[in-house]
Amino acid sequence: MTAPPRPPSHTPSPDLAAVAASRGLAPEDLEIRLRADESSRRIVLLAFSVAIVWLIVGSAFGELASLKLHWPELLTRTPWLTFGRVRTAHLHLVNYGWASTALIGTALWLLPRLVHTELKGAGHAAVGAILFNIGLVLGVIGVLMGYSDGMEWLEAKRWVSAPFLVLGGGLIGLAMFRTVAARRTDHLYVSVWYILGAFIWFPMLYLLGKWPGWSGVESAAVNWFFAHNVLGFWLTAMSVGAAYYFIPKVLGRPVHSYQLSLLGFWSLACFYSLNGMHHLVGGPIPTWMVTTSIVASVLMFIPVFATGINLHMTVVGRFTALRYSPTLRFVVIGALAYTAVSLQGSFSALREVSRITHFTHWTVAHSHVGGYGFVTFVCFGAIYYIVPRLVGHEWPSSKLIRWHFNLVLGGIAIYVLALTWAGVAQGLAMLDPQIPFSESVRRTIPGLYGRSVGGVLMNLGHLVFAYHFFLMLRMPQGLGKRKRPPFHEAQPILYTREAEGA
Amino acid sequence: MTRVWLLALGAFAIMASAMSLLVFIPQAMFASVEAAEALPRYTQRQARGRELYIANGCVYCHSQQVRDPAFTTDVDRGWGTRATVPADYVYDKPHLLGTMRTGPDLINVGQRLPSVEWHLLHLYDPRAVNEWSTMPRFTWFFEERDEGQLIPGEKPITLPPGRAPKGKIVVPTEDGYAIVDYLISLNRTYPVSDTNRVMKTIGGRGDHGGK
Repeated sequence: MTAPPRPPSHTPSPDLAAVAASRGLAPEDLEIRLRADESSRRIVLLAFSVAIVWLIVGSAFGELASLKLHWPELLTRTPWLTFGRVRTAHLHLVNYGWASTALIGTALWLLPRLVHTELKGAGHAAVGAILFNIGLVLGVIGVLMGYSDGMEWLEAKRWVSAPFLVLGGGLIGLAMFRTVAARRTDHLYVSVWYILGAFIWFPMLYLLGKWPGWSGVESAAVNWFFAHNVLGFWLTAMSVGAAYYFIPKVLGRPVHSYQLSLLGFWSLACFYSLNGMHHLVGGPIPTWMVTTSIVASVLMFIPVFATGINLHMTVVGRFTALRYSPTLRFVVIGALAYTAVSLQGSFSALREVSRITHFTHWTVAHSHVGGYGFVTFVCFGAIYYIVPRLVGHEWPSSKLIRWHFNLVLGGIAIYVLALTWAGVAQGLAMLDPQIPFSESVRRTIPGLYGRSVGGVLMNLGHLVFAYHFFLMLRMPQGLGKRKRPPFHEAQPILYTREAEGA
Repeated sequence: MTRVWLLALGAFAIMASAMSLLVFIPQAMFASVEAAEALPRYTQRQARGRELYIANGCVYCHSQQVRDPAFTTDVDRGWGTRATVPADYVYDKPHLLGTMRTGPDLINVGQRLPSVEWHLLHLYDPRAVNEWSTMPRFTWFFEERDEGQLIPGEKPITLPPGRAPKGKIVVPTEDGYAIVDYLISLNRTYPVSDTNRVMKTIGGRGDHGGK
């Protein structure tokens, strides 16, 4: 069974009422949706284009860093390309360049739709996005040249790069809040909570992290308070918000439980915010701080189960729909990865587990389950859903989507398995003082090769995705036909299938 | 939820409380931490070396902390004589505690490996020292010059047979000496007072309680 064929591009545009009726909408609702999409079109396409460039560049840096760990003689004559710098460039490009920019684009598209209005301040949001990316480029070039503030996740220089990031992020946030202030709905959908939350939390965290006064072990506490929470309150918050939109939307089914959404949101805020010190387990900070974070890490079961049950129960019984919608496939796998990475994180925080896994590649694998399996997959899903609605035509090739999906899923699976195994081997070797340290290095080498192989697949997948995105933007059919309802995915997918079967 | 202000206030308040608990309250406690008596300040050259350590991302593979012997085997492995405490890090801005041990812990590397020659050779060619090492080479801390171009007073490093570039001598730069000076300064094996040890556990001075 295949999805219904795309309407040929020369079909004359039916009038709005007929279109609305075909989608089960009132004409004024469709009007609102079209105007919302039109208001955010340019800035969202800009954000996605920039994000995809950073995905390609950032992943290439990641692959280079990976190769260097088992091929240490590679490119050792250039300080710009030493491991410590390319690794940091990779982290900044994929987190702040790719994931943040893609999620900002997604949020800018979602918000007007969810509050039934146009995007307010698209102009200054675009300026903000440009400033944010200038800050990123300055930060990354600085890191490659050896200018670093020295704290992980916060290396971009305080007086060079940070002002651009703060101003840029602020201008984008302003557009978010202006849009919500102009809303025509009474109720705020759960995705809106997460998006607004992210734009309150991230500035607080960034200002704290970049404050110049910290030193000694206090700076370590600040460092990991920031670095852990930037995942939870920025990347995770916006990704969960997106998952809450796309899963019900594609399935044409409401979210399983409103109460669980509420519980998931507020308990995430309460418990995630206290997790950071588990990165310093056993370290020279007061034990009560680490213990607080371990307790909070275990309490993360509550938001994770609330959100997980809510999202998964929305899908249950409809898993076959994953075959038809690339958005659903990516987002549902992202949601599964979120549950998995969170439970893994809770266990890893326990002292008995972290005795082995702390200071090893285990942590790097864990962060990629979250940053890639969850956040990046949600971004892919979001882009597959949003872009056709902005350019006015469907993705040119389902084959390219399949290649993209298979490459990145296979790649991240190999990556995580290989590196997790390497981390455990390394940790066990280091814990036994009878085993020389060199053994803990030797035993990781096969896993590090495995990681590089997984990384190559992921990079290939990104190239396929970027090529497809480029084709999508270049396709001429969509131009000037934005009112035409061209996508079968515009209707909830099961709707389409049932209609087809009937 | 229907009220944006309530959402914003709640989100802000929760984050502010978490910051208070894990950053601001500890900051007030750490205010009473003084540098360990035996801990010297970094010299200018050591401080330069520390900058180079940061610039080249050493922290992504090397931690600088010894954990409690009751919890791990850091001490048995020979990385230190005791768990490190907040008083050991007072002059570190920012901290370089690290989260990864692709390479060994370095907080006491100056005590373990006090030889300048060893460190210079190891930075120039790690695998000339340990064939299993995966550390990058830091060739930009050295100048490779034709034999006979030695400036009086300079000391080229001695490479094992076959590891030297043909017909060249390898001379450390000022930066090369600076980073080695920093590495050798890393030594927290001096004893610390009970007050400082208790600080590690409760985060305040000994007179707040403790054993």
